Amino acid sequence: MESHNDPILKISNLSVKFPSELVLDNVSFQLQKGTTLAIVGPNGAGKSTLFRVLLNLVPYTGKVEWVGKVKIGYVPQRLSVSDIPISVREFLRFKGTSGVEDSLNVVGLDSKDILNKTLGVLSGGQLQRALIAWAIIDKPNVLLFDEPTTGVDLDSEEAIYKMLSELKEENEITILLISHDLHIVRDYSDYMLALNKCMTFFGKSKEIMNPDVQKIVYGEAVCIASVQ
Amino acid sequence: MGFSAGYLGSLMVLEKMALVGDALSHVALPGLALGILLNLPDPLIGGFAFLLASAIIIWHLGRVTRLGFETLVGAMFTLALAVGILITPEPDLLEALFGDITKVSLVHTVIAIIISVVAIFLTRTIYNKLVLGMISEELATSTGVNVAKTNLLYLLLVSLIVAIGIKIVGTLLVGFLVVVPAAAARNLSSNLFRYSVLSSIFGALSSSAGILLAGYLNLPSVPAGPLVVLSGITIFLVTIVVKWRLKLTPF
Repeated sequence: MESHNDPILKISNLSVKFPSELVLDNVSFQLQKGTTLAIVGPNGAGKSTLFRVLLNLVPYTGKVEWVGKVKIGYVPQRLSVSDIPISVREFLRFKGTSGVEDSLNVVGLDSKDILNKTLGVLSGGQLQRALIAWAIIDKPNVLLFDEPTTGVDLDSEEAIYKMLSELKEENEITILLISHDLHIVRDYSDYMLALNKCMTFFGKSKEIMNPDVQKIVYGEAVCIASVQ
Repeated sequence: MGFSAGYLGSLMVLEKMALVGDALSHVALPGLALGILLNLPDPLIGGFAFLLASAIIIWHLGRVTRLGFETLVGAMFTLALAVGILITPEPDLLEALFGDITKVSLVHTVIAIIISVVAIFLTRTIYNKLVLGMISEELATSTGVNVAKTNLLYLLLVSLIVAIGIKIVGTLLVGFLVVVPAAAARNLSSNLFRYSVLSSIFGALSSSAGILLAGYLNLPSVPAGPLVVLSGITIFLVTIVVKWRLKLTPF
């Protein structure tokens, strides 16, 4: 019988090497089912590359094992929608015609109002919610979010993460999200993986508030001269 | 043919590949010239072979050379045009550049219709995949779309349409058919369905109006090609005015 403690993802000695550089080096961890993993690290640390590995988009060495039946929903960081005349309805229907209105309701978008709008005119928060609706439309049990609140104002950001937490609780979804925000990591994730091409930390997210852990993840603090 | 060119062109404009549409049409010229010089049953066979080869080269360049892609395509098609003009026999040059609808036979017409229908059908099956790839290549790939193969198939279909359009409007102007109707449709569209339908209709209207006008004027020195382009540009200008007057959401 499956339980909350069963792992859904097991990664061993994962390395990714592009022709001129090593992007990920010897990463190993396990993720429990129904938990949220925040992935942090500086730019170029390999966070998005890890997602590409999980989506089987790039070659790698090592072992990546999904346990049981897994359906992945993915929200990428960069999208190009401003020049494409595509409505929210048409975008969501790329994945099929059933479940469109349900998924919009789950993410808190009024389907009557939003379906006929063009993706390019949506606000940052609306677009992110539409993308989450896209990701959940075919009822995945794993969600990958690459910086899901980039370009979104603070109020919308909190609302989106609150919505993701509720989604996770109600549907026992496992979430992996890339974020630069410490308070997001602390408040909305269970575990944290810190990358800097290699794995520098893996543990419970609340440990990010520990100064020793912060030193490991972000390096030593550099003192400045006192402000006059 | 105008309908299918408009439909396929709707994707070309979204992909910001308008230059590629023009490039493909110019590249056909040296192929046509070789077809004439080699006494092929139809010079269009040579043109088509060059179009196919160019589509594959352009596809490959787009994958390996992000920087300078437009420069490379621009250089390629101007070179092709120059070479084509140099080697095309003079009596055939005008027809190759501007087309001659009076020389379109029944066989050509039937082949053009069949190719147009097949191209529309095949494009319809990959339309959503292409658009998804434009929105995000990663998103498309994560849903199982082979972005590279889909783009190649699309370019080959565009080559087919350009090839059948050369007979009517010539190599110099056939690129118009895959660009301007779509640009006009974009002025009036807030969703993909309307955009693709309007693009197809405007393509058909431009072609029909230009050909009918050529027949009506019946001037031997005025081929249909430029009149097709003028009709299409007129439609484009009208859509700009309509968009401005209705204050439509711009794209």
